[in-house]
Amino acid sequence: MTKITFKDVEGKSKTIEVENGLSVMEGAIQNEIPGIDADCGGSMACATCHVYVDEKWLNKIPKAEDAEVDMIDMAFEPKKNSRLSCQIIVSDDLDGLEVSTPERQS
Amino acid sequence: MKKTDVIIIGAGPVGLFAVHQLGIKGLKAIVIDNLDKAGGQCIELYPDKPIYDIPAVPECTGEDLTKRLIEQIKPFKTELFLNERVDEVRPENDNWIVKTNKNNEFFAPNIIIAGGVGSFEPRKLTLKEAEKFENKSIFYSIRNKEDFKNKNISIFGGGDSALDWALELSKFSNITLIHRRNEFRGAAHTLAQIKKLEKEGKVHIKTPCQIHSIEGDEKIKSITIKFDDGKKEKIKTDIILGFFGLIMKLGPIAEWGLNMDKKTIEVNAENFETNKKGIFAAGDICFYPGKLKLILSGFHEVALASVECFKRARPNEKYRFEFTTSSKTIKDRLGKK
Repeated sequence: MTKITFKDVEGKSKTIEVENGLSVMEGAIQNEIPGIDADCGGSMACATCHVYVDEKWLNKIPKAEDAEVDMIDMAFEPKKNSRLSCQIIVSDDLDGLEVSTPERQS
Repeated sequence: MKKTDVIIIGAGPVGLFAVHQLGIKGLKAIVIDNLDKAGGQCIELYPDKPIYDIPAVPECTGEDLTKRLIEQIKPFKTELFLNERVDEVRPENDNWIVKTNKNNEFFAPNIIIAGGVGSFEPRKLTLKEAEKFENKSIFYSIRNKEDFKNKNISIFGGGDSALDWALELSKFSNITLIHRRNEFRGAAHTLAQIKKLEKEGKVHIKTPCQIHSIEGDEKIKSITIKFDDGKKEKIKTDIILGFFGLIMKLGPIAEWGLNMDKKTIEVNAENFETNKKGIFAAGDICFYPGKLKLILSGFHEVALASVECFKRARPNEKYRFEFTTSSKTIKDRLGKK
């Protein structure tokens, strides 16, 4: 189990434990994290599981593929540290990962 | 008001296959979809992406799959009502009346909701002041390009729609193309043309930046964009076009009195009926224990729903299970000898 912390716009945070091998998005859905919609179910087709990855974690996560970056263009207020949480796969290396959810997803 | 046996909401793969399953049972259907073409997510989100898990089809794209389904339901000559969103569903005795945003009304004993994650709508600019200019000086789609002649147009987006419209409108307007990163995602020849127009001074490209503010009261006078390095620039603008792709919205479905589980509709897995008699849900939008959001699951779901639809549409007839390989009746319905 790997600990992941989600922060919302108001600064409220919630830490959940996610099984390795699942995506951060799946962990969020299972734990009913508000602010992660994941409309397309993880097929990288909707940009509604958009998160901002905490700067200190940004380089520890494998880089986004082109298709993910293209999809982030469609996200609500994309930033440099934007990622789709369905594309971040949880592993021991990510224990303590911190992400923020955008004001809204659509 | 149009009468039919089944009203299908959603022209994605599951809605289209529903036409087939109903058709071979002798039932008539109509299909309503908010998009301008059939195919749903397959055609809108991943027309070129390969799908590998359609049984007996080792690989096909979203567009291929849609084309094949349309081919498969041709014999049933089903009417598709596109660019229409269902707004209202109301009961009348044992039947249902469906009303669309174009005021079309349909009457049937059965409704199959195969609506995916809801209807597709354009993503909009997130600035608050953008709202009051919408459909006046800010547009997310173009109906008539004549309206965009001899203007200062700021186009936002980095995909095909933004690039194609920048090319087209640059023939008679002053275009600024604005994108949040340096890379554009479009066909190579389109990108080459854009670069050429930039050199000729016909299209101005601003990257990596995003909109910061809009200036103007009744009409837009200018916009201010902010680059990643914090620098700001004012751009004379009459019209803003935003091409940020589409977002799926559940919309009015949530108000039809159906039992919901978050954004999905609860059904029983025996016939995929909802808590309302004669309203069925199938595909991504339905929920039951063990549900998988796969196209193939949706095909199974409409096959079962179509049996219950038959019982409701033909209460005086006995439903007889038949195989397409051996049934003369089905072959007739398919126009095969």
